[in-house]
Amino acid sequence: MKSQIRKIIVIVDEVHSEQGQTVSPPTRRAAAIAVIANPFAGKFVADLSELMDVGEELGGLLGDRAVAALDVSPSQIESYGKAALVGENGELEHAAAILHPKLGKPLRVAVEKGAALVPSSKKRGGLGTPLDIPLGHKNAAFVRSHFDGMEVRVNDAPRADEILVAVAVTDSGRPLARVGGLQKHEIKGEDGLR
Amino acid sequence: MPSVELRKIVIGVEDIFHEGGPVAAIPRKRGWCLAVIRNPFAGKYEKNIKTFMDDLKPLGMEMAARLIAAFGVDPDLIDGYGKGIIVGGAGELEHAALWHAPGGYSMREHLKDSLAIVPSTKKVGGPGTRLDIPVTHKTASYVRSHFDSVEVGIDDSPRADEMLMALVMTVGPRIHSRSGGLEVSGIKERDGQK
Repeated sequence: MKSQIRKIIVIVDEVHSEQGQTVSPPTRRAAAIAVIANPFAGKFVADLSELMDVGEELGGLLGDRAVAALDVSPSQIESYGKAALVGENGELEHAAAILHPKLGKPLRVAVEKGAALVPSSKKRGGLGTPLDIPLGHKNAAFVRSHFDGMEVRVNDAPRADEILVAVAVTDSGRPLARVGGLQKHEIKGEDGLR
Repeated sequence: MPSVELRKIVIGVEDIFHEGGPVAAIPRKRGWCLAVIRNPFAGKYEKNIKTFMDDLKPLGMEMAARLIAAFGVDPDLIDGYGKGIIVGGAGELEHAALWHAPGGYSMREHLKDSLAIVPSTKKVGGPGTRLDIPVTHKTASYVRSHFDSVEVGIDDSPRADEMLMALVMTVGPRIHSRSGGLEVSGIKERDGQK
């Protein structure tokens, strides 16, 4: 295994009601988070390919864990997102190396398909820093009901020489979504947008 | 009798592999189940609140069962626990005390050899407030290797008229436990303490 994982956290969030309205079935989101060692903490290294491989490994591992937490088949996943939080001795570019080159492909296998861009966010911060993972429909980025975000945080991470990597998936859009736009039953799911 | 109006449930489980020392053969696990419900006493002083404890029992039992299932291990391996509650701004600290009996007994009903008092904490707070829930060994409170705490919270909860109840369970001692004191192997009084 390329990644040196200190801990993995899996979180499921279900909404049963909102503003007094019952949400049935409940909307459900799951996030899987890995806290890993940053091999490049505290120094400038030009070649970031090691972290790109870490991203590939974590895309599959975290994708599978998040889908399993919702206890649905991969095809039932509706939206996804990814994010990374680099500890203070690392660079923002380390987050980019994990998230962008190779993480998406195994994540798309974990959720079956995934024609749309995986929305992402990144930042540097200390222990307990909140990380907002953006969410968008996996096959059509314009589906308005599925634009969302899931906040995660781990009180003891990232330490200065660590990186927190997170993947979020859902089997639903927002609770009580009603601002129109492209609906999920209208999508073609071919170009990633509509 | 006020009914329990559930808005959301959040379940998290973390696997801890190491904390700078040797990687454990079996990862330590810590998990939490959080439920956000309407506070039926928000915004007024209500003298008689005790009956709400009975109303909370089914919720406590469901939270404990779901948390045990989320661990995905033999339930007998779960050996630490704790509980807590955050009451939204329109409620009072006394409302938090309603969680002691239904929260504690729900876990003790599910876990074998749970002789020890369930440690707890409580406060009044707004959305995003964090709560550090104390953890002790389920059979003997003085087991030093299991003293811990788990930080929980939800970005959008509790709203002013809500309460956020929490159950926490753990599997195994602190990952690099080596501070002496009573060990699990030394439990013999069966009095919930030693």
